[in-house]
Amino acid sequence: MTDSVDVKTLTIDGHEVSGRRGQTILEVAREHDIDIPTLCHLDGLGDVGACRICLVEIAGSSKLLPACVATIFEGMDVLTNTERLQKYRRNILELLFAERNHVCSVCVSNGHCELQTLAQQQGLTHVRLPYRNPQLAVDASHERFTLDHNRCILCTRCVRVCAEIEGAHVWDVMGRGIDCTIISDLHQDWGSSSCTRCGKCVQVCPTGALFDKSKIGSDHPKYPDFLPYLKLMREAQ
Amino acid sequence: MTIEELDQIAQSVRAVNAKFDYEVNVCMGTGCLSQHSDQLKDALVKEVEAQGKNALIRRTGCMGLCAAGPLVLSDPDEILYQHVKAGNAQQVVASLGARPIPELQCELREHFDQQVHIVLENSGHIDPERIDDYIAHDGYRALLTALNDMTPNGVIRQITESGLRGRGGGGYPTGLKWNTVAKAPGDVKYVICNGDEGDPGAFMDRSVLESDPQRVIEGMAIAAYAVGASKGFVYVRAEYPLAVARLTACLREARRRGLLGNNIGNTPFNFDVEIRLGAGAFVCGEETALIASIEGRRGTPRPRPPYPAVSGLFGKPTLINNVETFANIAPIIRKGGRWFASIGSERSKGTKVFALTGKITNTGLVEVPMGIKLREIIEVIGGGVPGGHKFKAVQTGGPSGGCLPAEMLDIGVSYDALVKVGSIMGSGGMIVMDDTSCMVNVAKFFIEFCMTESCGKCIPCRAGTAQMYRLLTRICEGEGTMDDLELLVELSDTIKSTSLCGLGQTAPNPVLSTLKYFRSEYIDHIVHKRCLAGVCDIHAPLSETGAHQEVMA
Repeated sequence: MTDSVDVKTLTIDGHEVSGRRGQTILEVAREHDIDIPTLCHLDGLGDVGACRICLVEIAGSSKLLPACVATIFEGMDVLTNTERLQKYRRNILELLFAERNHVCSVCVSNGHCELQTLAQQQGLTHVRLPYRNPQLAVDASHERFTLDHNRCILCTRCVRVCAEIEGAHVWDVMGRGIDCTIISDLHQDWGSSSCTRCGKCVQVCPTGALFDKSKIGSDHPKYPDFLPYLKLMREAQ
Repeated sequence: MTIEELDQIAQSVRAVNAKFDYEVNVCMGTGCLSQHSDQLKDALVKEVEAQGKNALIRRTGCMGLCAAGPLVLSDPDEILYQHVKAGNAQQVVASLGARPIPELQCELREHFDQQVHIVLENSGHIDPERIDDYIAHDGYRALLTALNDMTPNGVIRQITESGLRGRGGGGYPTGLKWNTVAKAPGDVKYVICNGDEGDPGAFMDRSVLESDPQRVIEGMAIAAYAVGASKGFVYVRAEYPLAVARLTACLREARRRGLLGNNIGNTPFNFDVEIRLGAGAFVCGEETALIASIEGRRGTPRPRPPYPAVSGLFGKPTLINNVETFANIAPIIRKGGRWFASIGSERSKGTKVFALTGKITNTGLVEVPMGIKLREIIEVIGGGVPGGHKFKAVQTGGPSGGCLPAEMLDIGVSYDALVKVGSIMGSGGMIVMDDTSCMVNVAKFFIEFCMTESCGKCIPCRAGTAQMYRLLTRICEGEGTMDDLELLVELSDTIKSTSLCGLGQTAPNPVLSTLKYFRSEYIDHIVHKRCLAGVCDIHAPLSETGAHQEVMA
């Protein structure tokens, strides 16, 4: 640590904690074993603040801040689990479940799905919104992996890991609004794309949207833990 | 280029104009052009030659009263003719110096008398593509004064003193924004002009860019001097081809005159402007999405902070202002911040340009002092609702704004007053609705707009607007329930509080404001299965009481 390090003290859910200048609320909270639920955030990837699950309240401000990108300041009073936030988190999850075709019982990720786990943690028991049931394709053209758009929540982890870590930038988002779709290269089949077959996107995918063909019918846990380590080693070089 | 040289140009323009006995201005904004005012201008030129009159026929920008186009203004008699066709050219030219033509004359004193023109002062009076015309109307005097006689800080002080607030909708104090960018560390900074006007029914920025583009460029140059930038971008939608063409011509002229480029006004100040075309995404009007779009990336917003003032275009401190904001700068520098602050209301200074559309007699562009009552804009300047219909609501602020009923017409137009009643100032679109509009259907229209224009990055906006659209469609078709209404309110709250950018945060406003002021219409659709405006097609069987009896009662 250098001398220029500036330490800030703040309160998270009543606990007095401290962090370095420039750290995000999420980093400081997790360092102090305070859990803030996240979905699009993944340790080792750049943050986009898109899923809005990690929104937290700051005392004295009506504006909610995404903990994954908002940086701390001195004297900040953060509330991570108020009733208002719990309601919003459940509503957002509800929106996700109704958006595409999420059927846990037939999903390869059943039991290992971050969306499913999050819904259980947040106490989402049923969906009041009408299911949209869109007709979506499955891209099974790749020899090792499959992309099932029905289960995609557009968190863009695959886009980020491919661009930031693998450096191939095969994945991107096409269209806008409710019609957004993950595409490979310039909207061609995954199998004929410039994919390097590294499989990182499959490991970081929070749901069963990206999965390994060899795991169909068996347990398919994912291991995104290589990322922080990989990033650390790269930065050390 | 020095102020003396500007004076010389202005004098020579005036000398040329003085040679003519009459000046005839023909509006060639998009509205009048669509009614062939270009043919009208050619016919007028031919006719002047044929009749041997010593008259100058000038192409100008928008004169404001689009409903009455094509418009022709003849000077020095100041007679305005409306609905002029090429076939009327002979009449119009013959009337110069003679008796005006009564059947073509536009007599709308109250429409023009209530207006105060600052942004539109040159619109309809100068040829937008001739820089000399602009210079003859005090153009670029403010820039050269700022460069020669004022410090960057002095410029910012004037802007702060003027109380000017961002005209793009948010109403952020312009002086404060400039100050933040000026103080941000870094030697490379950018100035961006946001011309991605996308609100349905809004055309203020288009008109300014078409009628007086030099004014925007001058405002940007002054801003660049104040914050220490040397490069500017105008982000304008590709759907505005005429504005782009005139802007391109105007940049060329300004470079030729040495008013853009290196060592402007023989000072060390360098500045140039590039045009960037928007590809039709509404969300690119949001500043961080706009920056991404200029950088060549997908136009999606990113969380702020960091604000563009600290880290914007290519990671450099960036000043983003709206077209109309920049159009206000030159007059403020010329006449002083105090003069500007003397116009308008307590916390909203100056004037605001509104695009009046919908069920209103005088469709077009108006510029009014802040604080003016909505009723005056709609009933006096706008001429009221035509066809004997009854006024029902006015929608301000585009898809982010709200619908205000007749009871709210007596509030003064200002940023704070409009927010207080559940709408926003927005960029200046004003859509008037009469009793033939169904407010549920209007809310559905705006939610559909937000749904299709959402970038899809954050979940509440992407999936939430789609669900709201679904619920509203059900209500409009007579299949909605009171539970749907409750769900609609809860979704509105979630989307408003949790969305990433302004688009999502304000998307539920049309629903919330119509629910606040026109709740009975929702109940009508849900409980009584009827749409009194007759807009929604409700197939559901009527209840036993019978809708007819209730209408009679």
